[in-house]
Amino acid sequence: MKKKKLSPEALYKLFIYVAMITLAISIIVPVAWVFMASVKENAEFYGNPWTLPQSLNWSNFIEAFQEANMGTYMWNSVLVTALALVILLAVALPAAYVLSRFKFKGSRFFKTLIRSGLFVNISFIVVPIFLMLLEWDDTLRLAMGSGFFLNNRFVLALVYAATALPFTIFLLSSYFETLPHDFEEAAHMDGAGYFKTMTVVMIPMAKPSIITVILFNFLAFWNEYILALTLMPGANKTLPVGLINLMAAERAAANYGRLYAGMVIVMLPTLVLYILVQKQLTQGMTAGGVKG
Amino acid sequence: MNRKKRERLFIMACLSPAVILFLIFMVWPTFEVFRMSLYRWGGFSNTQTFVGLENFKILWNDSNFYRSFQNTILLIVVVTVVTLAVAIFFANILIREKLKGKNFFRVIFYIPNILSIVVIAGIFSAIYRPSQGLLNNTLSLINLENLHQLWLGDQKIVIYSLIAALIWQAIGYYMVMYMSSIASIPESFYEAAALVGANKWVQFKDITLPLLWNNLRTTLTFFIISTINLSFLLVQTMTGGGPDGSSQVFLFYMYNQAYTNSTYGYGMAIGVVVFLFSFILSAVLMKVTKRDVLEF
Repeated sequence: MKKKKLSPEALYKLFIYVAMITLAISIIVPVAWVFMASVKENAEFYGNPWTLPQSLNWSNFIEAFQEANMGTYMWNSVLVTALALVILLAVALPAAYVLSRFKFKGSRFFKTLIRSGLFVNISFIVVPIFLMLLEWDDTLRLAMGSGFFLNNRFVLALVYAATALPFTIFLLSSYFETLPHDFEEAAHMDGAGYFKTMTVVMIPMAKPSIITVILFNFLAFWNEYILALTLMPGANKTLPVGLINLMAAERAAANYGRLYAGMVIVMLPTLVLYILVQKQLTQGMTAGGVKG
Repeated sequence: MNRKKRERLFIMACLSPAVILFLIFMVWPTFEVFRMSLYRWGGFSNTQTFVGLENFKILWNDSNFYRSFQNTILLIVVVTVVTLAVAIFFANILIREKLKGKNFFRVIFYIPNILSIVVIAGIFSAIYRPSQGLLNNTLSLINLENLHQLWLGDQKIVIYSLIAALIWQAIGYYMVMYMSSIASIPESFYEAAALVGANKWVQFKDITLPLLWNNLRTTLTFFIISTINLSFLLVQTMTGGGPDGSSQVFLFYMYNQAYTNSTYGYGMAIGVVVFLFSFILSAVLMKVTKRDVLEF
């Protein structure tokens, strides 16, 4: 009798729910497991990985912060991410505004030029960037005795900002293009100059797209590691590079607790941000449509 | 100063910082990749010697390069096909079906996309670890011990382990892309189709898929670029190309030759080939998948 009740329609529904729950579990469980493992004691890692932690062993985090230097690396990551965002907005906003609101000689050329940057993959150009900075450092060393460009958090932030320009300018100018021209005319009537019109009238109106840009680039900069690894070969590292070191150390010395505490430190800020603004993020993504 | 001149000055002031940064850190390095591929440079000497296409000739006979080529093609094909199918499936049901907890599932599915690739490497290392790994342990729990594998230690399996991680990472992103396309298809199309008795599969095949087609084609290029890129980052952090070079991929080989081995010219020649390969593959796919654009 029961078989008759399960119409094809109901079976299809069941199949859909099973599929969705399977995928959801495959994502939630490993991520949650890392959180759980981050408070386990080292001895617990030699047993069944599915057992719950015997106690909340927060010392993993203290060890990660102090002995594995994750505290310093976190400060570096915060600094580089914040600096890169500030530079990016200061450079990209005026450029996007001008490219979308003014017609001038070469405006189409500059638009196409910057848009073509969307197709340049960072992984291709990371070595030439490294060599370029190395060369500048060598020249400086001859002239002044010390290098400047490698192992410099400010330079790393500048490179981050530069590589994010095509996507950011593309997104911002497509938003500026949708704004009506009346506002600029009104501002001109009131005697505002170009600069004032831009900073006081137009940029505040682009707030929604500015927030999208900040969200995306925060995630990109915070998570980035190949540029950070290559351009900061010294002791100063960012969080993801520090995490790679922990992974390598784990293989040798089996300091599992520290490793998972480090992973939590790297992903917690992005997860919190995501939960807070997930709607804006997924909507903004379809507007930009660019994969990092 | 007259108005025209003031406008010109304003435009220059706004545009030049962006253009200068872009030229220095993106255009020039890209140009350098191509130029350096024609030079012998690196190793122990710091001199650049112009050698023409010599680097490419060496590449032609480099079995390591062939291996990374094969692996990359396998990765691109499998990751694209599986991710595409799964992402369309979930995008379609999350938009078209009446389900409980839609929003919850959408939020969860996107999570892997916000994680650093280093964190993803860490998660999958924990999953694949031979003893006390999550996967092997789960297999023991359900009495499938004979399926135990060295997920990252077996030359035949390692590449599929990487594929699983890449698919896990990518599904949510493409799903959200397709969701917005499917959501913009007018409901009346489906109502009309239902009236003439078209079932869900026919509706999907004859309405959703054709109207989604252009979006799908665009994402093919994303798939190529991001699989080449992410497989490099994942291999770099998770397997280091091993065991015995069996998980070598394109950009990993390039980075190793150029940065770790300091044979810059040769590394950049690999970069040029990879660049041309992804460019040509994208162009061919765009051509092959061209259909008359359906609009509504």
